[in-house]
Amino acid sequence: MLEYAVKGSKRYWGLIFALGAIVGLGALTWLYQLSFGLGITGMSRDVSWGFYIAQFTFLVGVAAGGVMVVLPYYLHDYKAFGRITILGEFLAIAALVMCLLFIFVDLGQPMRMLNVLFYPTPNSVLFWDMIVLNGYLFLNVVIGWNVLQAERHGTHYPMWVKPLIYLSIPWAISIHTVTAYLYAGLPGRHFWLTAILAPRFLSSAFASGPALLILLCMIIRKVTKFDPGWEQIQSLAKIVTYAIILNVFFFLCEVFTAFYSNIPGHMDPLIYLFAGLHGHGTYVPWMWASLSMMVLGIILLVPPVTRRNPLTLTAACLLVFFGAWIDKGMGMIAAGFTPNPLHEVTEYVPTGPELMITLGVWATGFLILTVLFKIAVSVKEEVRV
Amino acid sequence: MKSSRRRFLKLAGIAALGIGSRPVLDAAFAAGGGGAAPEAKVRRQPEALTAKQWAMVIDTRRFESAADMEPLIEACHAIHNVPHFENKRHEIKWIWETEYQHAFPGKENDYLPYEVKERQYLVLCNHCENPPCVRACPTKATFKNENGIVIMDFHRCIGCRFCMAACPFGARSFNFRDPRPFIAETNKKFPTRAKGVVEKCNFCAERLAEGKMPACVEASDGALVFGDLYDPQSEVRQVLTENYTIRRKQELGTSPAVYYIV
Repeated sequence: MLEYAVKGSKRYWGLIFALGAIVGLGALTWLYQLSFGLGITGMSRDVSWGFYIAQFTFLVGVAAGGVMVVLPYYLHDYKAFGRITILGEFLAIAALVMCLLFIFVDLGQPMRMLNVLFYPTPNSVLFWDMIVLNGYLFLNVVIGWNVLQAERHGTHYPMWVKPLIYLSIPWAISIHTVTAYLYAGLPGRHFWLTAILAPRFLSSAFASGPALLILLCMIIRKVTKFDPGWEQIQSLAKIVTYAIILNVFFFLCEVFTAFYSNIPGHMDPLIYLFAGLHGHGTYVPWMWASLSMMVLGIILLVPPVTRRNPLTLTAACLLVFFGAWIDKGMGMIAAGFTPNPLHEVTEYVPTGPELMITLGVWATGFLILTVLFKIAVSVKEEVRV
Repeated sequence: MKSSRRRFLKLAGIAALGIGSRPVLDAAFAAGGGGAAPEAKVRRQPEALTAKQWAMVIDTRRFESAADMEPLIEACHAIHNVPHFENKRHEIKWIWETEYQHAFPGKENDYLPYEVKERQYLVLCNHCENPPCVRACPTKATFKNENGIVIMDFHRCIGCRFCMAACPFGARSFNFRDPRPFIAETNKKFPTRAKGVVEKCNFCAERLAEGKMPACVEASDGALVFGDLYDPQSEVRQVLTENYTIRRKQELGTSPAVYYIV
């Protein structure tokens, strides 16, 4: 099937080269970071994780969100999703590659990365995260490829794939649970030290992942001969609706516990994000934008009229996706480190080179996504004819 | 044609597997020599000071101003090749002074005695009995040694900074760039660090191994007491029974081994 990836229109190749150029720029900037050290970023002693780890966290969600098409199809026999499971799986692959790359570019000594395997340490959550992320990548590659190949040949996929599919469903939950446990078990980081962090991560994952999938389906409908289907898009939209409502609800639960208990350690990070602390408030406009976008998304998604209108649905998905991105890809990590353990505020703002490397990793993911979706859509077009 | 291509791919695959597994096999066979754990035994100096759990008591009443602490901090940072950066983001520190509300957040109140509020407090790694940083490290680059010191292997650290997120005391620093050009005078008896690794106070494990007290304790003129927490006869235990002490964030259950007389 790989031959589909090298046969394409001018537009396809244009996109490939444009993404490739960004990947190249990102890679060059990363070489600069490799020679200078992570000092080229905005991170510091106080905010020791930044944009890279935040993107990683957000993208684990996108990867886990793919399960929202796999689960209804395989567990509930919801036939309509059969057309698009492959898109969910391929989106997960691209997102996982980005996750692993973001961890990689965040390492101070990337050439020692394999120490995690040479000295396996089960008491470290990072060790388990390495296992679940790579495992989920492996599962999606094997399942996606075999199911698509079977579809191309008009046959049933091999029987040994079935148990892997069933395994992939709880595995998707595990990747975001373990990622939440990276943060939720650290004493003294009040913003993260909450039992509801994993549920929060999952709800935002099941909103942002399917929202992105809807947007991608809309694009596929426009530019290819394959139609993922309006019913499919509508079902995804309902999933996004429930998930984003849950996400905002969970957030409000956090706000209640912090402010009704009136415990300073729990309130401070929230105050920092939404009102500014000790005169530092870089994130305030972003966080209010994020919250407004998610609420506006809900307002557009709940009434059937706007959910069924392609235009307002697209707007809602954009709002949900970017709202969740600011929430997790910016606020979540900075607030965990602010105020610092000595109750001092050091603000973190990503630098130019840091943003370039980030963009390079995103472009790598979208390059992989473009190629994989091209293959999937080509197979679908061929089978249909 | 088709079968030969398949055969070629198969052969190439097997060859790649062979090349790929070589380092793994090498490592597996070289490591144990027979499967036994390759724990290197380092001969201990006869004069080495040892303990079950080293601990420190800081008599904060003895430090009136930041100037009183400068010699201690300077001694530590000079011996351990701690660089000095102008850029605050790249800062590295093993031991430093701070105000009461920063050393003991949550324990402050508006009506503290003037001298308690105005005094500066030394802060450093607490060498917790139950260290969250050791729990978080994915490579065992940071570990608790046989004397209870939370110590680091700078050559194993991958620079993931999970330990920095895990430490509730902000005791850890990261080498955001090559520190060597920023070391005023290199002490050849202690390793400098490479960029991209985490570092922190090591309770002067290298000095204890030679029978010397930690540099800050030596420079403190008795204001810092150092000894074995588990030895009822130790000076540390004596001071702890005679004085009321507090520890930083002891409610988190990490059991810090640095105690403060306030």
